[in-house]
Amino acid sequence: MTSLPITLTINGLRHDLEIEPRVTLLDLLRERLDLTGTKKGCDRGQCGACTVLVDGRRVNSCLALAVSHDGAEILTIEGVAQGEDLHPVQAAFIAHDGFQCGFCTPGQIMSTLGLIAEGQAGDDPERIREGLSGNLCRCAAYGGIVEAVLEAQQNMAKSDRRTAA
Amino acid sequence: MKDFSYIRAATADAARQAAALPGAMLLAGGTTLIDLAKCGVAKPDSLIDITHLNGLDRIEVDERGATIGALAKMSHVADHAGIKSQFPAISEALWQAASAQIRNMATIGGNLMQRTRCPYFRDPANFPACNKRNPGSGCSAIGGVTRGHAVLGTSEACIATYPGDLAAALVAFDAMIHLGERRISVDAFFLLPGSTPDREHAMEPGEMITAIEIPASATARRSTYVKIRDRQSYEFAAASAAVGIEFEPDGRTIRDLRVALGGVATKPWRARAVEDALKGKVLEPEAIRAASLLAVEGAVDHGANRYKIELAPRVVARAILKLGETT
Repeated sequence: MTSLPITLTINGLRHDLEIEPRVTLLDLLRERLDLTGTKKGCDRGQCGACTVLVDGRRVNSCLALAVSHDGAEILTIEGVAQGEDLHPVQAAFIAHDGFQCGFCTPGQIMSTLGLIAEGQAGDDPERIREGLSGNLCRCAAYGGIVEAVLEAQQNMAKSDRRTAA
Repeated sequence: MKDFSYIRAATADAARQAAALPGAMLLAGGTTLIDLAKCGVAKPDSLIDITHLNGLDRIEVDERGATIGALAKMSHVADHAGIKSQFPAISEALWQAASAQIRNMATIGGNLMQRTRCPYFRDPANFPACNKRNPGSGCSAIGGVTRGHAVLGTSEACIATYPGDLAAALVAFDAMIHLGERRISVDAFFLLPGSTPDREHAMEPGEMITAIEIPASATARRSTYVKIRDRQSYEFAAASAAVGIEFEPDGRTIRDLRVALGGVATKPWRARAVEDALKGKVLEPEAIRAASLLAVEGAVDHGANRYKIELAPRVVARAILKLGETT
């Protein structure tokens, strides 16, 4: 099928691309742009390993056709740290052992960024578990993940207060 | 996933016309369609992308009711202040559906159009027989593993469960679907499988869901959605109930009641027998439990799904009693 021209801004960089209509955002990131931090787990929207932010909101990139997101701003795990400085969510996942094998971790972190931006979870572990239920961890590092999200939220709120002051 | 062509619709009318052509399908959030294309169930020749249309994602709530554009995302509707206050069961049904990622992608129109989770339907390579996919080929589910299959509204041709939560809440409160030039009730929109389970909706070629309209009511304002499932989150219902209640001024006598079931029937299932049995009665646990049994009148099991016949009335009773506790 004919390739179509689209423009995506990925981690702040503009990309002018020609793609087949059936290419998912996930396959575009991994196979065309070598952004392999975003993982392909189930490829059916059931595991969350492929989570990225599209225009600031978390989505399953395996269920998104890239061509349909022409003009969107995409944030992947590669765009989260500032150079060598880890994002507070990344640092908290390390501090709290929020992973074992690490395969689901990019999706967990992107989903956490979405959750914090939505402002729905607060400091309630039960609501964090509910809010992250779209991200499976086969190593079952859930205990550490919830602790990491709690701490990251607190640290980000503190730093927001400092910035505001 | 099979190759297809892609058309970005410029207007809703152009989209409806393009989607009427053979092999064409509308693309909104894609959470059902792309999944089913990967399973080999959906094989579109062309996709008509409607996500770039303007104005179809509005949510308006006033004293007459709510109008929700077909392209509003599940997450936006669930979090809308007017929906939460005037239609809590709608918001709760959406919050308890899918995952946060999918709620950010999936649209309200697409949510209604989601297909069954019947594992035989979803696996054409291993189960060629499916009357929904391939009319006349038979049903692989009957005599198979039926734990998730329907107990209400089934036929000899199909026992697939309609999986959606939102539609159960909509059918309880007499919601209407806008199809461009005409409107149809949610109840009439969804068809029983009968001998033609491939035909799931009363939509004609060239029609497209443009909005959902929910009339305001006292029952909708005092409503809830109770969903029981195998895991606590990100799972389809084993049985669910959308319930709304209005009391007489005494605060105990039921003036009006709405009950609909999810997860147990081939379409969103209004349980009018429960409503009729309890209107005019005082809210009292024994009477509620007895009347809730009417929700599964005529239910037929296929072995492993028998538990749903016992579970569904309990979910209905729990939802009614929960509403009775709040004042």
